[in-house]
Amino acid sequence: MGNLQSRHLLGLEGVSQEDIMLILKTTDSFREVIERTIKKVPTLRGITVLNLFYEPSTRTRISFELAEKRLSADTINFSTSTSSVKKGESLRDTVQNIEAMKIDMVVVRHSSTGVPYYLTQCMDANIINAGDGAHEHPTQALLDLYTIWKKYGKLDGLRVVLVGDVKHSRVIRSNIWGLKTMGASVALCGPATLLPYEVEEFGCDVYTNIDEALDGADVVNVMRIQLERQQLGMFPSRREYTNLFGINKERLKLLNKNYTIMHPGPMNRGVEITSEVADGKHSVILEQVTNGQAVRMAVLYLLSGRKEEGE
Amino acid sequence: MPKKTDIVLDEKKINRALTRIAHEILEHNPDFNSLVIIGIITRGAFLAQRIAAIIEQLEGVKVPVGLMDIGLYRDDVHSKLDQPVVERTEILFDIVDRNVILVDDVLFTGRTVRAALDQIVDFGRPRTIQLAVLIDRGFRELPIRADYVGVNIPTSKDEQVILNVKEKEGIDQVYIQRKNNKPDAQKKSSLKTSLKKTKRG
Repeated sequence: MGNLQSRHLLGLEGVSQEDIMLILKTTDSFREVIERTIKKVPTLRGITVLNLFYEPSTRTRISFELAEKRLSADTINFSTSTSSVKKGESLRDTVQNIEAMKIDMVVVRHSSTGVPYYLTQCMDANIINAGDGAHEHPTQALLDLYTIWKKYGKLDGLRVVLVGDVKHSRVIRSNIWGLKTMGASVALCGPATLLPYEVEEFGCDVYTNIDEALDGADVVNVMRIQLERQQLGMFPSRREYTNLFGINKERLKLLNKNYTIMHPGPMNRGVEITSEVADGKHSVILEQVTNGQAVRMAVLYLLSGRKEEGE
Repeated sequence: MPKKTDIVLDEKKINRALTRIAHEILEHNPDFNSLVIIGIITRGAFLAQRIAAIIEQLEGVKVPVGLMDIGLYRDDVHSKLDQPVVERTEILFDIVDRNVILVDDVLFTGRTVRAALDQIVDFGRPRTIQLAVLIDRGFRELPIRADYVGVNIPTSKDEQVILNVKEKEGIDQVYIQRKNNKPDAQKKSSLKTSLKKTKRG
């Protein structure tokens, strides 16, 4: 029997090595399901899942929706543009109304940190965080972990570099917790203006020079640089970012031989990563997308039907 | 370790039963090339390998063997507190229009077999599905019967029939164990009360 410690997935901070391993192993089984001719199993029949997206998202939402459908769950999509949120309804009222319609699980994305946690306090459903503010995006990090684990057969002892907006990236945040728990060594790299205060508290090696960060690393996970940040003056120009932090063919020479290039998407080709690198044979960017579905199936499966203890 | 008196099948008897099952399978399916064998994880998978090996010895045909985990097709996924661990399913051949031999160790309620049947038809439409089990212990809850039975072992409901295999436990044997729920049930109820807390205000 396998059981996660929690009945929600709010983040990877504090999630045990055992639980992460259980998710990765379960993901492996679901990888096989999505290779079948009939890519559907009846496991979540009768379970209703709400995809509550307060922020635009293509990949994550489609990935979750496919995962839910492949498990035979009923799905409802909620996006703010077509809902009563426009009429000024509060988050709490929205979710309590929805819960009154007998929802079992909620996948939530919101621009504010802590919204998934807040939902656990006002609903009975199992909550899965699909990205909250600059806090966490646990399923993205889990799919990154799975992709690395599948390629190397292990996570401990690997050197992983996370490049980009360390200050605002929830993907980096979740990756740090997950990778460190699994025993990988983590390096963070980005412009000094995009490193948070007390960044050393993460317990990772921090670099503002990309060549130093890449030296001897196994995996480079390149984050999307949000072009809006430039308008806020976080970095002077795209060209400068590309010159100082962009991953190009020349820089790959610094990496270990069997290196891996990752990117959570959507990519700014020619900004944080060149097309040559993104489409190169060491790139697992599309593999990540496929694995994402399997990871989400595993998380939905492992959390489904989990009730409050003692009920 | 089981007591000697609890052991109902030893290595010799298990082998004999599997050999007979292999013979019967061949007898009923003269078109050997149409055969495929699918074992239900974990014990059924080992038995499936062995039956295939015996068939190869007897007739020199290599019958494809697949493994199947039925966790995702269970009918009690949400009625238990614990989620069953999902193992791998490996069916690396086409089952359309084949004669599928489904193998499990113990036939009991029939619910596992029902789940396996549902999963098999999601992989394609076989010509037939035939069920082979090492032990039939009775207490069916669904209208399911086996086509090939190693041995019938009468049991009571509070007993468990356990198969050990060389591949896993280093020994081939089948023994009967009395289910001892009492200490476990006590533990659970005390856990429940200690965990009862007033959450949400």
